[in-house]
Amino acid sequence: MTMAPESGTDQVGSPRLRKEDARLITGQTEWTDNIQQTGMLHVAFLRSPHAHARITSVDTSAAMQQPGVVAAYSGADFADEQGSLPCAWPVTEDMLLPAHPPMAVDEVRYVGEAVACVVARDAYSAADALEALDVEFEPLPAVIDMESALAEDTPLVHEGSGQGQGSNKAFEWPMAVGDVDSAFEGADIVLTRRYHQQRLIPAAMEPRSVVCRPDGDAFTLWSATQVPHIVRLMLAMTTGIPEHKIRVIAPDVGGGFGSKLQVTAEEVLALLLARRLRKPVKWTETRTEGFQTTHHGRDQIQDVSIAADSDGRIRGLKVDLLADMGAYMMLVTPGVPILGAFMFPGIYKMDAYSFHCTGVFTTKMPTDAYRGAGRPEATYAIERIVTELADEIGMDPMELRRRNWITHDEFPYTGIAGLTYDSGNYEAATDRAVELFDYDGLRAEQRRRRESGDPVQLGIGISTYTEMCGLAPSRVLGQLSYGAGGWENAAVRMLPTGKVEVVTGTSPHGQGHVTSWSQIVADQLGVPFEDVEVLHGDTRVAPKGMDTYGSRSLVVGGTAVVQACDRVLDKARRLAAHMMEANEDDLEFSDGRFTVRGTERPSTSLQEVALAAFAAHDLPEGAEASLDADATFDPENFSYPHGTHLCAVEVDTETGQVSLRSYTAVDDVGTVINPSIVDGQVHGGLAQGIAQALFEEAVYDTDGNLVTSTMADYTVPTAADLPDFTLDRTTTPATTNPLGAKGVGEAGTIASTPAVVGAVVDALRPFGVRDMRMPCTPQRVWRAVAEAREAGRSEGGQR
Amino acid sequence: MIPAQFDYVRPGDVAEAVRVLAESEEPKVMAGGQSLTPLLRFRLAYPDVVVDLGGLTELRGVADEGEWLRIGAMTTHDEVIHDPLVAAHCPLLAQATHTVADPAVRHRGTLGGSLAHADPAGDLPAVALALDAEFLVSGEDGDRAVPASEFFQDYLTTVLDIGDVLTAVRFPKLTGWSFHYKKFSQTAQAWAIVGVAAAVRRDDGSVAEARVGLTNMGSTPIRARQVEEACRGVPARTDALREAAQSADAGTDPPNDLSAQADYRRHLARVLTGRALAAAAGL
Repeated sequence: MTMAPESGTDQVGSPRLRKEDARLITGQTEWTDNIQQTGMLHVAFLRSPHAHARITSVDTSAAMQQPGVVAAYSGADFADEQGSLPCAWPVTEDMLLPAHPPMAVDEVRYVGEAVACVVARDAYSAADALEALDVEFEPLPAVIDMESALAEDTPLVHEGSGQGQGSNKAFEWPMAVGDVDSAFEGADIVLTRRYHQQRLIPAAMEPRSVVCRPDGDAFTLWSATQVPHIVRLMLAMTTGIPEHKIRVIAPDVGGGFGSKLQVTAEEVLALLLARRLRKPVKWTETRTEGFQTTHHGRDQIQDVSIAADSDGRIRGLKVDLLADMGAYMMLVTPGVPILGAFMFPGIYKMDAYSFHCTGVFTTKMPTDAYRGAGRPEATYAIERIVTELADEIGMDPMELRRRNWITHDEFPYTGIAGLTYDSGNYEAATDRAVELFDYDGLRAEQRRRRESGDPVQLGIGISTYTEMCGLAPSRVLGQLSYGAGGWENAAVRMLPTGKVEVVTGTSPHGQGHVTSWSQIVADQLGVPFEDVEVLHGDTRVAPKGMDTYGSRSLVVGGTAVVQACDRVLDKARRLAAHMMEANEDDLEFSDGRFTVRGTERPSTSLQEVALAAFAAHDLPEGAEASLDADATFDPENFSYPHGTHLCAVEVDTETGQVSLRSYTAVDDVGTVINPSIVDGQVHGGLAQGIAQALFEEAVYDTDGNLVTSTMADYTVPTAADLPDFTLDRTTTPATTNPLGAKGVGEAGTIASTPAVVGAVVDALRPFGVRDMRMPCTPQRVWRAVAEAREAGRSEGGQR
Repeated sequence: MIPAQFDYVRPGDVAEAVRVLAESEEPKVMAGGQSLTPLLRFRLAYPDVVVDLGGLTELRGVADEGEWLRIGAMTTHDEVIHDPLVAAHCPLLAQATHTVADPAVRHRGTLGGSLAHADPAGDLPAVALALDAEFLVSGEDGDRAVPASEFFQDYLTTVLDIGDVLTAVRFPKLTGWSFHYKKFSQTAQAWAIVGVAAAVRRDDGSVAEARVGLTNMGSTPIRARQVEEACRGVPARTDALREAAQSADAGTDPPNDLSAQADYRRHLARVLTGRALAAAAGL
């Protein structure tokens, strides 16, 4: 047997138990809502019961008389200082960017928008006093679905603000590459489909929460956020409080999935309330408040056309997208569908591609980033329509993919959407998945069930996905009009005792960065895994960072850690050479020790060098008394994980129930730092992608009320709804960063939705079903079968 | 959770519970709290006093009373699932209870709490109805027994008055019968879209008697009497039982909600009743 490594090397690739977990699972945690401050006050918000209404009066006087109440305010009370919530991604120059006051002043535009607030000595008094707030509304027409919103003479979401300019259209964003018209005119087959990306609620386990404490003329703000650095910057820009007077801390954060990639009304108002009252304040959302007012995801209508030859070769793709912005533009609301624009062609070669996106205002909660952010939507569309194209041609859907995908020997490959895929091996991942899944065996069973008329039909779904992650090259973000860069910062500090502090600008909220970063640093510096401490999530501790989203942390932030380690070693090498009276060039470094090449002289450990640097008794000329270093990495390119996911479902045609029978995921995420963490990311990602396919949908009624406002109505699946996943990986290292990592946070979500829906449609294909609206609930499946049977009968039994 | 203010009383015996309830204006009984707590959290209930029966150990446990099993109202779901007497004499109840929510809820929620809450989407009311259970109630005027057919009055409404405490439920031991509870839900740990509690007594190759209770097909649990009639004497074959189940939705008034429209529920009731009967008949 192999011995466990005594030194720090060989940590990368090892399934280390997470350093975070002992603390997390024994409750030794600091969630924002656990934070107590002396004299802290509690805030509760009165929220709009109307989707769209004019606020005619707000009377806080009765609420002020309630026991425990310290203050009560309307939006008008903060009109001069609350500014407008930021949108960092104006995707076009003429995009409509209506004012978005944190607390509504004149008009409300979605159910749940904050209208007034109560500040009280405890959370119970604050909640009780809400009932004494007297707000009068004059209802205005709700604007719910996007197509009606764009019709002529439709009521305007933003008419009252004078910024609507006569339309609910927020922007149009076109892109075209190649000769699209001739690709379609010359094609043997043109297939057109409309896909609906239903609205989703991210539903992170930890609700949003914020605490703000005034410290003299400065403020400390704790928030359950993914993006403490962005929050700090944006709070300064929104409120005018100088940036250096704001410290933002993301303590333990329990999941985000993009929903905490936001600068929220409650964060701004907590800051302003703390300033006005000179007391610490806390606000924590209820679950229903969270469902109504934490940004939603997806919500697109996709009109997709694909042109192909009869032998299956794809010639062109056209995408016309309606994207529901909701009532306002939040941090990256308009950018989400634009990110997707680059992903519709997927892994396939083609001659021409056009994309057109119309952003639409409605009187609903704004949408914004949700796990995958634009890329799951795009991947769904291409993977679904490619499968349908295969059916139309009469070809096995896997064979059609093989004929069109970028082959391994073609990398690096610049695709039709302009992205240069640096690496990939779609053949290897697919071959492995087909083998693990028993593709041929399941196809044979499917044929048997179809022939015997089994009421339980078997369906097979395929997703050969790729994605763009590692957000992002700053240069590209600039070209896309994003308001910031995509670099990441890290610092590595050697302590006198040889222990290591790593400061990262990423902000983990469940991803296990403390563990993975420790593994990287242990290998880079040859120090024990246990000797590495990773600090993050506090703008005073980790002053520079771009935070965590878009599968960027390892690819960009991990690379910055590697670079900082390199710089530490450069400094250490110089000092070690001095200590060992050797030439720097003659030193070798491995397993944490410097040796002089070709000699038997005693080695010097990095820890000894660190102590010598601290003592500083005898440093080489011009050297500083420190081995510390920092680095900022800005990627040249995105990274492109890919993989092949295969799903088998059984569909009970009598009841409509869909059962996941097996699911095989072979992912290529490049170099893996910690296989257990990667497996966990894939498991969770699959669960969320499957949730979109089968379970979840945020439903608004025609008046604009969120009907699915509790966990009972918004059906988030649990482990009990999911099969044992069969996971494997191929490894094609990324060429764009020294780790070779590609990112894995979103892969499972991006890949799985089309695989599952594709499997459901595949099961029902003998009945004439060619598409299913998501989520494929039992009722929808049953109706689809019933309608297809009805249509079959009316066609005179031709099927 | 941030509920509105209420007083909390934890009585030491049933008599005290009855007295406190009778003296209160808008009391709520807490019998495990798995339904009441959400109502408090959403501020859908504003009780002036919550009377927690958690201290009444005499209301916990299963007793053999000859022809009947007597199950204390405060017996938790988990205890019901694992009780040997229930397994021997009332396996349908254990099977249905196992489908209630998730393990955490089943360790706190109670049989009496579930039944007194009378949610038509709950799994246990239909079982109690199908098995002709008897509800033992203590009130201001003493004790009384209420048959299941009279206990459930309307949506979340039973014959229990303010001042009444459900102390136990008696289930008849049905020897020679076999059972199945078929629950259909969108996610594994959710309320039933439709549920069917079926009991069958076979006479060799045919069905001598059947009983069917339906979950979530109206404002109360419902007995599918037409199906029970249609089953009498039919061959114990799947096709025959499916045929008998075609009237399962007769006399029901199923709700329209997010997970299912009424017509789909009617369809499900027919299909699932057929399947539940077949499974109960060992087919």
